[in-house]
Formats: sequence, structure tokens, C-alpha cells
Amino acid sequence: MAHVTTGERKSIFSLFNFIALIVLGVGIYLTYLRFAGGLGAVTNLSDYNPWGIWISFDLLCGVALAAGGYVTSSAVYLFGMKKYHSAVRPAILTGFLGYALVFLAINYDVGRPWRLPYPLVVQQGTTSVLFEVGLCVATYLTVLFIEFSPAAMEWLGLKRARNLVVKLTILLTIFGVVLSTMHQSSLGALFLIVPSKLHPLWYSSYIPIYFFVTSIVAGLSMVIFESTLSHRFFAHKMDETHLKEANGVTLGFGKAASYVLAGYFAIKVLGISSGNLWHYLKTGYGTWYLVELLGFVALPSLLYAIGVRVKSLTLIKWTSVLAVLGVILNRFNVCLIAFNWHLPASERYFPHWMEIGISVFIVMIGLILYRFIVTRMPILYEHSDYKDAH
Amino acid sequence: MSISRRKFLGWVGAAGLSTTIGKSASAATNKHFAGYPDSFAILHDTTLCVGCRSCEAACNKVNDLPPPDRPFTDLSVLETRRRTTTKAFTVVNKYDNPKKSGHPVFYKKQCNHCLEPACASACFVRAFKKTKTGAVVYDPSVCVGCRYCMIACPFEIPTYEYDQALTPRIRKCTMCHPRVIEGQLPGCVEACPMEALSFGKREDMIKIARERFRKYPDRYVNHIYGENEMGGTSWLYVSGAPFKALGMREDLGIKPAPELTAGALSSVPIIVGLWPVLLAGIYAVSKRKEKFAQTDQEEAVASALDKDRSEQSQPEEES
Ligand code: SF4
Ligand code: SF4
Ligand code: SF4
Repeated sequence: MAHVTTGERKSIFSLFNFIALIVLGVGIYLTYLRFAGGLGAVTNLSDYNPWGIWISFDLLCGVALAAGGYVTSSAVYLFGMKKYHSAVRPAILTGFLGYALVFLAINYDVGRPWRLPYPLVVQQGTTSVLFEVGLCVATYLTVLFIEFSPAAMEWLGLKRARNLVVKLTILLTIFGVVLSTMHQSSLGALFLIVPSKLHPLWYSSYIPIYFFVTSIVAGLSMVIFESTLSHRFFAHKMDETHLKEANGVTLGFGKAASYVLAGYFAIKVLGISSGNLWHYLKTGYGTWYLVELLGFVALPSLLYAIGVRVKSLTLIKWTSVLAVLGVILNRFNVCLIAFNWHLPASERYFPHWMEIGISVFIVMIGLILYRFIVTRMPILYEHSDYKDAH
Repeated sequence: MSISRRKFLGWVGAAGLSTTIGKSASAATNKHFAGYPDSFAILHDTTLCVGCRSCEAACNKVNDLPPPDRPFTDLSVLETRRRTTTKAFTVVNKYDNPKKSGHPVFYKKQCNHCLEPACASACFVRAFKKTKTGAVVYDPSVCVGCRYCMIACPFEIPTYEYDQALTPRIRKCTMCHPRVIEGQLPGCVEACPMEALSFGKREDMIKIARERFRKYPDRYVNHIYGENEMGGTSWLYVSGAPFKALGMREDLGIKPAPELTAGALSSVPIIVGLWPVLLAGIYAVSKRKEKFAQTDQEEAVASALDKDRSEQSQPEEES
């Protein structure tokens, strides 16, 4: 693996800082436009298309890609795979940041964000899948915050509090898995109510299961992908254990992802045949469906398997990118591309550049926070005071 | 209007509607709901509709909506396919008659006031209520503006005030709920010069429709749209042309929307109940394995040491 030297790192970071500055500037301006002028001022949303990329990307993809937290912590703490321990903290951190950013994005998307607590405190719409999603995401964000907090407390030197929280690890992990199972699948269940609007190839009563399974794929692949990136840019922050375990994490998670993708492929085919949807495959949407299923599910499954077989870390790492893109593609298909397929092209949605601008802005905030935290807190290494404390 | 005003007021009184303005959202439960007894419905006989837009004008007036882009007397708007908007809770569209060319057919579109509304079941703050009158009404004072109701509505009715920065609302037809509880007819029904719209008890409207089928079998397709679609609606339609030709979807099925998500929601208690037990079990097993592995290892080490020792001691014995 090519580690970036100190000099190179400096120039990369100053380039990053420059881009970050522009993105933040534009983002703040767009934020002003959004809240001063309403959704209509910055989005292409319409009465036919009430949900755009802030839901399909920021919410649906955001939550799926932040699944690394529960996937990794349950593998290590519940299934006893201790050899992946050094992957837990970075995964929890990205999970926490991911959910925090999802929450931030939701504030842009809903019409009256200051009323977001209403479903909890004013009137509970318990028949709504969205109610369950909201409840779980809010609770899980709190859980992730607590799971992340030991790193911050070690940094701040709050020994007592830190040891207290660490004692709760198993409980928090179980809680996290329960909540994740619920809302990852419920994000898919949001679309159960629209059989008349979502293309039959994507509409399925199994959609909650599809969403849950793909969240595992996304979680595993994101851990691999992120570790690749952080090795490039933050290798100097990693300790011996982290560097030693990293290849094992890549191989192990790649193998797991290969299996899960294969299983997902199987249940997708099962869904097609139980719904007897074969004839749709001959249409344009069918071709697109096959692109998703073969190119972004079957192919990464195969490549992961080969990568593990021949122990090619490079192949596994590139495959993780493909798998992540596959999950993103799936969420876009369900929420935008195959949604409202019955409408004429003139009534369909395409994002306004300002919507994309806000999404980029939010991702940028995540990157900046990630960098701030890993360069200060014991994420990629163990704090010297707490070695072997796990 | 097919009923007399007195009769109508009698019903209102009987149902106690002027005092109880619809109890809390019984529509928003997972139980099957076949509609309030004695609730009202509006029957739109498209064979009588001439596309005069009087109903649109009346709707605009009773709801205090902003003036239309083109005056209601301008019938050229009928040429383009329109949908409900924040400025128009109802629109009349013109379609070619596949049975008789040159005799276009008209269809008035607005909220169908479903018996089990998708919008109400989707809303996470219960902003929608199916009232006893049959109207599905919306309460902007709790709405968060998530727009899931718009996603959920199979008829693509709710509209949203995208241009409002601070107080965006969902907008849609109220079936003139405020007028009905005061004993007045809905604006459109009152305004229709052709009696293409009839207001009354839902059962009676269905009876009237059947009666017309019986009397003029050649004039109608033998189907009341809305009797069972999506579990039934409080707007009912009869037509001479296939409903598809009027831009109405015939593939919606008769399953009410809340049933589509009920299964997923009922799995929640199972996950909450079973998952922790299962996961704790897995944890216990892996912990135990680890312990065994540890003792195994210790034993292995011990026996290796023993062996080592005995091997070392053997030569001593020999010597
Ligand atoms: S037509 Fe749509 S908006 Fe009207 S009650 Fe039914 S689901 Fe709600
Ligand atoms: S936009 Fe308002 S009324 Fe519609 S589902 Fe969301 S909170 Fe409920
Ligand atoms: S007022 Fe009556 S006849 Fe005129 S468009 Fe409306 S429903 Fe048709």
C-alpha cells in the first residue's frame, strides 16, 4: 500500500482545504436561499415528485452507508470476532457522523424542521412507517453518540465516565443492532404503500428485507473503502495493531460481503420469480434492472470472492467501491428512477444543481469532522492509558 | 343536486354532525374500516358533465383560493392535462371518447376522500382525519412538511406550498367539511348546472348509480369507480367510456392503503422481542467458546509444558 509521505500529505490537505472552503461558502449561501425562500427556491421538487435527492441520497443512502457501525460492532462484540477490534472505532465514528449528517439533511428537506419533535411529543402517527423510521433513527443516533463517546472522553481525559460507558458496550451493541434492523428495513417499507407508483421490478413486499440485507453489504463495503482511504491519508495516526489487523479486516469483510451479496442476489431472483415478473425484464426498465442486479450485485459478489481467494487486497478494495455504488444505485432506483415510472417524462424529476450543492455541502461537513476527530482522538490507535482495556 | 336541502339538513342533525366534528382519527389505525355509517359521498356522473368549469370556480371561491391563471370561463385550459395544485383543489380534464369520437368526455379530479386514506395512514403526526361526514381533513398546525402523504396518495392529490419558507402547508380538497357541518352543500355540487354531481349518503349514492345503470344500460360502463378502489372512496364515479380513457387508474386494486404497510409494522414487536434474546444468546455462545478456547489453550500449554518437563526430566532419570 502506498503511504503518502509527509510532504505530499501537506499538499493534498491544502488542496482539500481549498475545495472545502469553496464548498462551505456555496453551501452556506444555499442554506440561506433554502430557508429564506422555501423548498421551491432551491429544488426541482413538485407535486408529483415530493421527494428528491435529499431523501434518496442523504437519507436512504446516508443511513445505508452508515451501517458499518452496527455491522462491525456486532461482529466484534457479539460474534466474538476479536481480530477485527481495531475496525470498530472508525466504523462507529463514521456511523455516528453519517447519522448526524442524515439528521442535518432532514432539516433541509422537511418544510418545518422545528416541528421534527412533533411526531414524538405532540401526536404519534403510529400507523406510519415514517414514524418508526424517525423514532429509530433518533434513538440510534443517541446510541451511536454514546458508543462514540469513549474516544472523545479518552481525548479529554475523562477516565471515570469513559470506563462507565465502556461497561455498557454489549448492551449498546445489542440495542444498536435491534434499532438498525428496524429502521434499515423500514426505509424500504416506506415504499410498501406505493404499489401503483413504483415499478413492479422494484416494488416487492420483500422490500424491507432487501433494504436490510443491502445495508449489511453497504456497511461491510464502507468499512473496507474507508480503511483504504484512511490508510492513504491518516496512516501516520495508526498504531501497530491497527496496521497489522487492517489486511485481515479487508479480507474478512470482503468474504462476508461476497456471501451476503450472493444471498441477496438469490432472494432478488426469488422475488422476481414469485411475482412472476420475468416479462418485465424485456422492457427498458428490465434492462436497467439487470444492470443493477448483474453489474452491481452479482459482479461485486464474484469479485469479492475472487479477491479473497487470491488474497488480492487491491481487488477487494476496488470491489468495495463497486458494491457501495450498487447500494446507492439501488436507493436511487427505488426512490427516483423507478418511482413515478408511469408519468410522462415532462412530469419526472431531475435534481436542481442547488439540491446537489446542499448534498455535497453536507458530505463535506462530514469529511471535515472526520478529519478533525481522527487527527485528535484515539480512533485509529489505542490511547496509551487504555491499552488492553477492552 | 339530487336531494332536497331539508332532507340533507335532517341527515346532518341525525348524525349529530353539527356538534361532533368527527372524532379522532379512527382512519389512522391498522384495523379494517369500512367507512362510517351514514357518511356522505359525492357521485360524479361523467356522462352528464359538460366541462363548464363552474365547479372549479365555486371551489376556488369557497376555499378562498388565489385567482386562477386563466379565468374559469376560459375553456381552452381543458385541452391540456391538469392536476390538482395549491391554487386549484379540483380540476376538470377533457378526454377523447373512444366509443364516440367528437364527443369528448370530462372528468373532475379532486381528493377522493378514501374510506381508509393512504395519506392519513402515512402521516407520522396524524395530520389527516377521516371525519364522520366522510371528508378527509388536514390539520396544518401539526404538519412537519415531510410530504410522505403525497408519496403515499395513490390518486396523486395532495399538493404542497413549495414557495412558502416558514409556513408551507399541504393543500387539498376538504369535501367542504366546514360547509357540510353547517348544513350547506359542497361548493362544486351546489354550482354544477348539469346535476353531474350528487351529494348524499354513500349508500344512497351507490343506489342511485345502480339505478342509472339499470335504467340506461347503454349509457354506462357497469362499474362504480370508488365503490371498492383502494378500499372504497367517498367520491364515486360513473362513466360511459372505460375509466381508463378518463385518465383514471384501473390497476389500483381494492386493498386499502393501510393494509399495505400493516404487515411490516406488525413485525416490529417481533424484532424488538426476539432480536435481543437471540443476540444475547449469540454473545453468550461466543463468550463461552472464547473461554473454552482459552482453557483449551491453557491446557494445551500446560500439557506441552508437562511434556517438556517430563522430556527434560527423562534424561535426568537416565543419567
Ligand atoms: S385521495 Fe389521496 S389525499 Fe385524498 S383521502 Fe385519498 S389518499 Fe388522501
Ligand atoms: S407533509 Fe405533513 S401531513 Fe403530509 S405526511 Fe408529512 S407531516 Fe403529515
Ligand atoms: S360544474 Fe358540473 S358540469 Fe361543469 S365541469 Fe363541473 S362537474 Fe362538470
